[in-house]
Amino acid sequence: MLSDHTVSILIFAGIDVIMALSFYLPASAGQLSAGQGGFMALGAYASAYLTVRHGTPFPLALAAGALVGGLVGLAVGFPALRLRGLYLVLVTFGFGEMVRVLFLNAPAFGGPVGFAGIPPATTIWHVLGVLAILVYFFTRVSGSRMGRAFAALRDDEAAAEAMGVNSTYVKLVAFATGGVIAGLGGGLYAHYTLFIDPEAFGVGRSLFVMLYAVFGGLASFWGAVAGATILSVLPELLRWVKDWREILYGLLVLIMMLVRPQGLLDAALLARLSARDERAAARG
Amino acid sequence: MSEPLLAVDRLSRSFGTLVVLAGLDLSVAAGGIHAIIGPNGAGKTTFFNLVTGALSPDSGRIRFGGSDIGHLPAYRRTALGICRTFQNIRLFGSMTALENVLLGLHCRTRGGLLAPLLDVPFRRSSGEVAARARAVAVLEMVGLAAKAHQSAVELSYGEQRRLEIARALASAPRLLLLDEPSAGMNPQETLELEALITQVNRRGVTILLIEHKMSLVMKVSKIVTVLNFGQKIAEAAPAEIQRDPRVIEAYLGS
Repeated sequence: MLSDHTVSILIFAGIDVIMALSFYLPASAGQLSAGQGGFMALGAYASAYLTVRHGTPFPLALAAGALVGGLVGLAVGFPALRLRGLYLVLVTFGFGEMVRVLFLNAPAFGGPVGFAGIPPATTIWHVLGVLAILVYFFTRVSGSRMGRAFAALRDDEAAAEAMGVNSTYVKLVAFATGGVIAGLGGGLYAHYTLFIDPEAFGVGRSLFVMLYAVFGGLASFWGAVAGATILSVLPELLRWVKDWREILYGLLVLIMMLVRPQGLLDAALLARLSARDERAAARG
Repeated sequence: MSEPLLAVDRLSRSFGTLVVLAGLDLSVAAGGIHAIIGPNGAGKTTFFNLVTGALSPDSGRIRFGGSDIGHLPAYRRTALGICRTFQNIRLFGSMTALENVLLGLHCRTRGGLLAPLLDVPFRRSSGEVAARARAVAVLEMVGLAAKAHQSAVELSYGEQRRLEIARALASAPRLLLLDEPSAGMNPQETLELEALITQVNRRGVTILLIEHKMSLVMKVSKIVTVLNFGQKIAEAAPAEIQRDPRVIEAYLGS
């Protein structure tokens, strides 16, 4: 049996993977978001509010949190339609801060004191279950019509439009789906930590989520999975250096990004890993 | 005379103070190969950008198949049957040749983000299998079937130009706009391109061709329009165009 400590590490790592995937989805369509912490907050607060105040069953509350994340993702997607690259990063960053300040000033959600008394509901099986569904989803999407539209938009938006892709629609779908996934992550988080406050979902959270996906590599969703797993377990592995832990963590990330700026899993590595599948597919 | 497939009416477009198109009237009859030539900066590519919806005109009308399409976004025009290639190759760099062509099928296929979840697990959906078969057939037509699984950017220059044509053909266009398809091709590749253009046209696709290689223009096109300073200065069969003094002047200067 795994110790409680190990299970806790795995649950947090799993939630980090879910969050990294929530960043990866819009990023795969060329939409970089620095506000995934904001969507996570919405999912966390919405689901926790339902279980605490209304006694809503956990799965239902989780779904509601995801829905809130998705709807707000759609709303954020609209102003984001006209923005690219760094400007989009700044606007989504502003969105994340806005959500944080909103909950900071909302007495119904505990304000700066935080929201406590959330019933324990999230188990490792919930996290693994959501992850299994997401991995299956991403595997299917990457070789599908919409998956290709995402990639086309990231590669060359004008060419994608010229080939018949409705970029407005595709971007909104990407933002909303990213919001749904982040909302799910937030709901799972809230029902494991049992206490949430706005600071848990601030800029730091959004940037770490982005770091996980970029560290792992944006060529495939497996990059987000690998990046988030490694970087969220790494602090545990670095315990032996004690006070130097955070410095060493930063140093390792820095070295890695210098050596492999394209991330851990780049296109070349993925091609080698899937070369056998492709050849089999070509024959079959 | 029957209605033209494409008709533009007093089409104008400026960039700042630079007038690129100045009230251009142009009709493209269905079924032919129509070349557009003219010196650099004559407004040829801007004309393509206006027809495909990449740019909006300052004024003027664009009619396609009898209806006004000037207000439609680019992707809607593709769905109506207008597709293009780019002068500076713009393939999707992260995709294979096959995936590029599959993207061209986007507006002829259905299926949203969740569709793959509803299909039989771990197998390609019937729609995806059919789309791949169509894409392979288009690749065969342009002679790239053997390179289907190669990254688009790894192909040779001539192959990339042919792949652009394949990607556009996948969208089942009625009107195909080719923007200098022979640019950078060697004589052998140009000959193959000539055969391909003729073959596509024989399948019923009307072709509008911007081209600098006069040998290619003279051989494939039925009618040639000459642009200069954003206006039409001549329009005739290729043999006549070569003799037109206005055309000679535009090219050689006076």
